[in-house]
Amino acid sequence: MPKTETYNDQVVRLFLLAAAVWGIIGMSVGVWIAAELAWPFWNFDVPFLTFSRLRPDHTFGVIFAFGGSALMGTCYYVVQRTGHTRLAFPRVANLTFWGWQLICVLAMLTMPLGITQSKEYAEPEWFIDILIAVVWVSFGFVFFATLARRRIRHIYVANWYYGAFIIAVGLLHIVNNLAVPVSLTKSYPIYSGVVDAMVQWWYGHNAVAFFLTAGFLGMMYYFVPRQAQQPLWSYRFSIVNFWALISIYMWAGSHHLMYTALPDWVQSVGMAFSLILLMPSWGSAANGLLTFNGSWHKLKTDPAAKFMVIALVFYAASTFEGSMMAIKTVNALSHYTDWTVAHVHSGSIGWVAMITIGSLYAMAPRALGRPAMHSNTAMEWHFWLHTTGVLLYVLAMWVAGVTEGLMWRATNPDGSLTHAFIDSLLAIKPLYAVRWLGGMFVLAGMVVMAWNLWHTAAHARAKLITPIPVPIPEPETAQVPAPLPAMG
Amino acid sequence: MAGGYRGYKYFEAIEKRAGLLGILTAIMVSLGGLAEITPIFMAAHEVKPALGVKPYDALRLAGKDIYVREGCYLCHSQMIRALRAETERYGPFSTAEESVYDRPHQWGSKRTGPDLARVGGKYSDEWQRQHLRDPRSVVPESNMPSYPWLAQALVDGDDIAARMRTLRFLGDPYSDADIAGAKAAVSGQTELDAVVAYLQGLGIANEPTNAKPQQAAP
Repeated sequence: MPKTETYNDQVVRLFLLAAAVWGIIGMSVGVWIAAELAWPFWNFDVPFLTFSRLRPDHTFGVIFAFGGSALMGTCYYVVQRTGHTRLAFPRVANLTFWGWQLICVLAMLTMPLGITQSKEYAEPEWFIDILIAVVWVSFGFVFFATLARRRIRHIYVANWYYGAFIIAVGLLHIVNNLAVPVSLTKSYPIYSGVVDAMVQWWYGHNAVAFFLTAGFLGMMYYFVPRQAQQPLWSYRFSIVNFWALISIYMWAGSHHLMYTALPDWVQSVGMAFSLILLMPSWGSAANGLLTFNGSWHKLKTDPAAKFMVIALVFYAASTFEGSMMAIKTVNALSHYTDWTVAHVHSGSIGWVAMITIGSLYAMAPRALGRPAMHSNTAMEWHFWLHTTGVLLYVLAMWVAGVTEGLMWRATNPDGSLTHAFIDSLLAIKPLYAVRWLGGMFVLAGMVVMAWNLWHTAAHARAKLITPIPVPIPEPETAQVPAPLPAMG
Repeated sequence: MAGGYRGYKYFEAIEKRAGLLGILTAIMVSLGGLAEITPIFMAAHEVKPALGVKPYDALRLAGKDIYVREGCYLCHSQMIRALRAETERYGPFSTAEESVYDRPHQWGSKRTGPDLARVGGKYSDEWQRQHLRDPRSVVPESNMPSYPWLAQALVDGDDIAARMRTLRFLGDPYSDADIAGAKAAVSGQTELDAVVAYLQGLGIANEPTNAKPQQAAP
């Protein structure tokens, strides 16, 4: 019998471990800075512990370190399974792992020292940006090379999203970070003022679109049908949603700059496209949810499925909210307030974190050579801790945001302002404490997950597991590309 | 799967070719940015900064970069929107000309504290110093962090000159004299002095002299 080709799950396991660790780090920083907003003495007058220095560590830590590791790990897992082939260029794949971890460590260490570009979600300085570009291109290279050696002609929908995520994030990252260095630790962007603002929010919004949406939709399109044990509700619907989503999203960035000095026509275009965007967003959410038709009973017994369903509900809710907030008159109230923070977190800890956690619970036992996760009870605990935390967080920030928006615009009969700015802070301070508590629940859930993963990985650590063979499909005439021989 | 749907065969051609799928994806994701960024980018290169708008002097540039380093933009916007409640609270709405030398822009996205676009001159220098060192000593309810370390570090004059050279390379009109005098201009000044100078200039220095009364944003 010829040597069997097996799946490369080694690099997947590494990313799984990294995701669990970064999740805890990124969310711990979030809880810390949430505490500083409620009780400001928590910076202890130490520069690198101060809210304004640490906040980029929270956003980078959860988006790029936790989310990025989870996305790259699941991407490598999914592209192998859906193509019935082993990962191409394993050394480059390992390089993407270690390179990405190096980037995350460098960014997380330099930003609290004040080495920052001050562009939101793109804070790391130029030398880290170059590393990101190199690792990202390598990641795309491994992904598309693996697609090229697939044994299944049809490229499954999850891979379109992963592909769009890789292409668009590469484009956004490079264009937004064009800068001229002064020294190792300081650079100036080639854009200034209004152009910089437009480029930044084209990037910022589409980091949400392609990192936090397209990438995680790739995850969703593979793991939801897998966990529901049902075919995708509508394949054709997923095609329509894919092209609509990736093309419309890129127009919507200017909704971050309503009523500002950005030219008015760009604001209006951004608003119009943001409203249209609701259709592919809800289309994707509906496609995921309806895939559970016939399997809704799994919600009683399978915590991974519960995470996925609630994630899709949050996806639908926060994309609806996002489109509404892009309406200029709504934005006039919501912008600059904690409503934005509520919206971001219903998207990130509601949709992104929950689809990730559900997918990790679905993937981990398979990648770690076990029949199931170590503890079902722990997964149940995680689900309820996380859900409670998200609801506390989002409701608190939503109420805070609307309160701020209403107080800032309230006027007396003579037209003068009713409230001083500080009044709005006093009104919402208790809600900052509730938000901190919500964050603690979410973080506690992540610790439970890490514990569970650690025990599930016992066999992998003891090197008791064997690689999984790639199922070789029957040769099909006119297959493009031609089927590979069974030899890996 | 797609069953007998007739249009599907066209899509089949895309989803069986990874390269074609990648190229079409790249085209579709590029359209929005091209349509929105290119016109603004071109317009910014055609329009000369309004009369009176000058690049930051050495001390205020140092202050701006410390503002960036400390991450002030995460809680303070510098963009007064064209809304009545905003202009009532913060002053005339911000125009594009005012941030033409901000690399990067400091418009912000969140107001945990108030907007700072026109904070210059609203408080005394001494108030600003005390507020940065210990905000709750002047505003007891504030949740702003204290920045006591600013008073203990001196601004590096050679570094500021290097920064001005880079900015000139990017097109900001610094003269040789501006750059040569940078070291002397910041000599002996603390980071706190620089930040206060920056804040006190916001909405006052570098204002377009022909922009009052307010015109609509370009």
